Amino acid sequence: MTNSWTDIKNTDLVIIMGGNAAEAHPCGFKWVTEAKANRGAKLIVVDPRFTRSASVADFYAPIRQGTDIAFLLGMINYCMQNDKVHWDYVKAFTNASYIVKDGFAYKDGLFTGYDEVKRDYDKSTWDYVIGPDGYAVVDDTLANPRCVWNLLKEHVSIYTPEMVERICGTPKDKFLKVAEMVSECSSPTKVMTSMYALGWTQHSKGSQNIRAMAMLQLILGNIGMRGGGMNALRGHSNIQGLTDVGLMSNLLPGYLTLPTDKEVDLETYMSTRGFKPLRPNQMSYWQNYRKFFVSFQKAMWGTAATPQNNFAYDWLPKLDVAGYDLLRAFELMNQGKMTGYICQGFNPLLAAPNRKKLTDSLSKLKFLVTMDPLDTETSRFWENHGEFNDVDPSQIQTEVIQLPSTCFAEDEGSLTNSSRWLQWHWPGGTPPGEAMTDNWIMAQIHVRLKDLYRKEGGKFPDPIVNLDWAYADPNEPTAEELAKEINGKALTTVYDTADPTKVLAEAGKLLPGFAALRDDGSTTCGCWVYSGCFNENGNNMARRDTSDPDETGAYSKWTFSWPANRRILYNRASADLNGKPWDPSRKIIEWDGAKWSGYDVPDILPTAKPGEVGPFIMNPEGVSRLFTRGLMRDGPFPAHYEPFESPLGNLVAPNVRGNPAARVFKGDFEQFAEPASEEFPYAATSYRLTEHFHYWTKHVHVNAVLQPEFFVEISEELAAEKGITRGGWVHVWSKRGSIEAKAVVTKRIKPLICDGKPVHVIGIPLHWGFTGAARKGFGPNSLTPFVGDANIETPEYKAFLVNIEPIAGPVA
Amino acid sequence: MFPPVPNPSTAPQSPKFGEQDLMRRSASNVTPPAQRQTEVAKLIDVSKCIGCKACQAACIEWNDTHPEIEENVGVFENPHDLTPDMFTLMRFTEWENPETNNLEWLIRKDGCMHCEDPGCLKACPAPGAIVQYSNGIVDFVHENCIGCGYCVKGCPFNIPRISQVDHTAYKCTLCSDRIAVGQGPACAKACPTQAIVYGTKEEMKKHAEGRITDLKSRGFANAGLYDPPGVGGTHVMYVLHHADKPEIYAGLPNNPTISPIVEAWKGMTKYAGLAVMGVAAVTGFLHYMVNGPNRVTEEDEEAAERLTGDRSS
Amino acid sequence: MNMELSRRQFLGAVGAGAAATALGSLGFGEIEAAHAEAIRAFKLVSTTETRNTCPYCSVACGIIMYSRGDRTKGEKAEIIHIEGDTDHPTNRGTLCPKGAALLDFVKSETRLKYPMIRKPGSDKFERVSWDEALDRIVRLMKDDRDANFIERNEAAVPVNRWITTGFLAASATTNETAWETYKVVRSAGMLVFDNQARV
Repeated sequence: MTNSWTDIKNTDLVIIMGGNAAEAHPCGFKWVTEAKANRGAKLIVVDPRFTRSASVADFYAPIRQGTDIAFLLGMINYCMQNDKVHWDYVKAFTNASYIVKDGFAYKDGLFTGYDEVKRDYDKSTWDYVIGPDGYAVVDDTLANPRCVWNLLKEHVSIYTPEMVERICGTPKDKFLKVAEMVSECSSPTKVMTSMYALGWTQHSKGSQNIRAMAMLQLILGNIGMRGGGMNALRGHSNIQGLTDVGLMSNLLPGYLTLPTDKEVDLETYMSTRGFKPLRPNQMSYWQNYRKFFVSFQKAMWGTAATPQNNFAYDWLPKLDVAGYDLLRAFELMNQGKMTGYICQGFNPLLAAPNRKKLTDSLSKLKFLVTMDPLDTETSRFWENHGEFNDVDPSQIQTEVIQLPSTCFAEDEGSLTNSSRWLQWHWPGGTPPGEAMTDNWIMAQIHVRLKDLYRKEGGKFPDPIVNLDWAYADPNEPTAEELAKEINGKALTTVYDTADPTKVLAEAGKLLPGFAALRDDGSTTCGCWVYSGCFNENGNNMARRDTSDPDETGAYSKWTFSWPANRRILYNRASADLNGKPWDPSRKIIEWDGAKWSGYDVPDILPTAKPGEVGPFIMNPEGVSRLFTRGLMRDGPFPAHYEPFESPLGNLVAPNVRGNPAARVFKGDFEQFAEPASEEFPYAATSYRLTEHFHYWTKHVHVNAVLQPEFFVEISEELAAEKGITRGGWVHVWSKRGSIEAKAVVTKRIKPLICDGKPVHVIGIPLHWGFTGAARKGFGPNSLTPFVGDANIETPEYKAFLVNIEPIAGPVA
Repeated sequence: MFPPVPNPSTAPQSPKFGEQDLMRRSASNVTPPAQRQTEVAKLIDVSKCIGCKACQAACIEWNDTHPEIEENVGVFENPHDLTPDMFTLMRFTEWENPETNNLEWLIRKDGCMHCEDPGCLKACPAPGAIVQYSNGIVDFVHENCIGCGYCVKGCPFNIPRISQVDHTAYKCTLCSDRIAVGQGPACAKACPTQAIVYGTKEEMKKHAEGRITDLKSRGFANAGLYDPPGVGGTHVMYVLHHADKPEIYAGLPNNPTISPIVEAWKGMTKYAGLAVMGVAAVTGFLHYMVNGPNRVTEEDEEAAERLTGDRSS
Repeated sequence: MNMELSRRQFLGAVGAGAAATALGSLGFGEIEAAHAEAIRAFKLVSTTETRNTCPYCSVACGIIMYSRGDRTKGEKAEIIHIEGDTDHPTNRGTLCPKGAALLDFVKSETRLKYPMIRKPGSDKFERVSWDEALDRIVRLMKDDRDANFIERNEAAVPVNRWITTGFLAASATTNETAWETYKVVRSAGMLVFDNQARV
């Protein structure tokens, strides 16, 4: 979230699209009800289903799953056509005025530079014109036809209300009502918040769904504002933290990236990470990259990381592909190219797509290790559970080791929530049996592996045997020790670069924050964005001061919010070019003639003059991007692409199937149903119900009571057409698998009329499996396609094709 | 925000109300306390309810009940009805508003209304099995319950359920154990959107006024408070967006009253005693109990069926 | 009172019309001098409170866990109730249906208690000691790493990657565990590394 849960109370309009906050995040949704009750805010829900969020909405509009970009670009088009633009904000704080290179174009659904074989783009034209002074060329009048604003205007012009209706199935009057309500927030004193979640990410163009809304929010001037922002409602309790700390194939902590094969040494690696400002006076904060990187290397390898060995640069593994994500891992397993897999608190047999492929893949491993507080389907993938897991154990040669870990109630440490708050928690219960903490288990793996390398030698032991492991008890580092490492410390005394007499941190002390990081090896820091979380003031993540001056919802003394305890990102953009709040009733920070101050930590150098330094300090432009240059694989603007499995063809680009830049593995394409398939005529989607939390609450008796048995949801119209009765059994199948379920027949799902034809939506909730307290059942992943988003490889769970028929049901 | 329910104290404290505050006791005479305690109430704002069932979960955990894992029968109500182990239940109605043609998903938390004039208590023949405190809480005393089920029949809202395990009647206690130590009910504390709030009855009525004003500003011209006078008002009240049609909310009775026969029965047991009751009266009462329970409710349900077409998830 | 008998008598009475007898036998019209206290004793009295956050979604509601026994005093602690923390600015004491049922997660019958190994081709898990489990894991890891580790690519650039064993990190472990996990996984040269954020 750019903002926080508690900030939502400050909004005038909530749009829930690509999510279902009331159902998935009920206690966060509380702040929507507060905004409604106390400031008369309105709630709009756009969703294929009339959800629990819709049940308390002021306005609901249906949409076909997988068509959000058409809807969003339609709204941008509406705002541009009707002069509903926060002009001062757009001109000063976005790249609307930047001139784009001549070669760049968009035609027939493709941007310049497409390579059909590689399914990838040559992005060299997707950039600004750079002037002789080395800065991007801009036209503040927006008259130049090649400026971003005019290119965008042309790009979105095809998404008329009529086209939105044809693609999305949203009746034109409903679309226009939403567009009108949203466009009112272009006023500097009206603010909209966007609340989204997996309804936008789980698509082959998920990243662009989110970009499209971010662009709309910039055009309305709602980024950086109290009650505004782009608010990603993260799924699990520490998904945010695991990502911040960089537990992904291509990441280092704090959104640094792992080197690739081409980056043969540290200087080559740094050469593309200079982040020289693209406009005069801009902060371009990533210019400090080297400080973050070197401090990370020092946190990893301590005294073994030296200037002489380039701070152990070569000890980092280098990537030969974009990333070894979850889908690639299973693809490699399926090809027999992997030996072992270790799953820590993750149940991929139900969480990854195409269940059959997953079972086949796990069966080809030599070993599988799982660590969980609860039993999982993954750890029992080899066990026969009748139709729910129809395997022959004798044919599966994988050795499986299941390790019992403690749960939240028995361990200590911090979790980072959607608001970016790092909140400390304390253990209160004794673990059952021999369950051990993850800290102990991971330490055992390291310590024992290191011992083997010391005793036996082996391949390149250096990074293992030299890993900094100076914990009081090497067998189980404490949460506090690890938190201090994350925060970072000074190895030698660190002085202020502006005033060398001023000490920022004495040698051996914890760093106050990331501003004290150095690139000469004198500081360590596990994750720079978290620096400040545990400094010489103590454990800031354990702070419990609930004071909130003037009730802004900031709660600045409650725990710690990254970065730098900042509660609203881009908060500099809440004030105009003179540093005065766009809306005085929504003041966050203000320029007093010498510095920025207010309710929150300024997201800018406190002395940066408002007219000179732009608010988007991480970007070399200093402004936000409506045109995102070559930073995304599938285009600098979002464009409408159908899901890989779609009930109709692409109306704006008939020759393009799916997202043209999405990675598809050989063999998976053959497992996609054709567009407008007669064999698989129904548009399915998957989701979680409010009574459940993914696959965990299967193990919780109460939640099994509240929603006990697997079902699918269909409209009364489809039920009538197929002879399906409420509570009766149905068989649902895709090109990849088949399930049996009870039928919930509902008015909350209605057929959508897309391009003149009815599209029936089938809703398939996730939760059930073959372990736990709930009744055994299937997951939607028995049906879903093995393809992910072009940029981040999140699987396309939200839009796929199935068929359905009534059946008699299992024999009792 | 309505002031949230405070965290409980783990220090021992003496209950804030008890036997000295009894106002009524089934099949018994009690002398009501000279000074009535401030009336309490739970307000359920249906327009803020997201149907998440947190109230059900909190109720199960607080009261240490253990409902069965049932089947899916094509609807969202789970368990399918109130049970001796499920004192509260979200009831879901898909209602197409004929005036707007918009679908409205009406979700009502069902459970004991803690009537000021409790039909269950009046119908109860077991001395002291049902009591009413002067703060308005109607509570069941399981030691005294004989499991006859008259309370079910006497309830205009069809709430109590008889356990097949210990053969006594169960329903929401308004978390009398929590309220006795200055807490709010478990469901009210848990409710994510504060669709359930708890306080004095006067506070609740005032809070409801604000909610009704907000709903009217959003086009719900008939928004209103449900505090039915036929049972003397209730200590669980609803804010409804369509207060003119309570029956569309899964058959919430339009004008619930206690059957006159229950009233008569009550009167006789209380003032004359069983000895002078005519056999005919007893038989008549029993006949009513078997054949004619909840007549008002049934009519309301029929009306609701007509309005909603078909009740479903 | 004999509840069994009286209940049957009542139900029977309705059918048989023997109402007067049945009613009379129950002592209607009499008021027992004393009656039982209806109000349950407050179950949190004298329990130990520990502050935590809900492990499910990213709202991260504040919770209070009530236990018999106090871990900080080295006692065995059994959690008997979990409730929302009213002091927490986000949830203000409220919880959703998952959070409100957290006690049943902590005490779930399918909580794992012992390390288990399933041998190739076997149809069952067998209990093993931690030492056996961990030594087996690092043996399997090292054998694979030594066999398949890539020190240099075709251009002789040091790449030091291990892509035949992968690690899938969690979604609800602490940041501290995440950092420790990062160190252990990356130092081994693993690239097949992902977490739940992917899905």
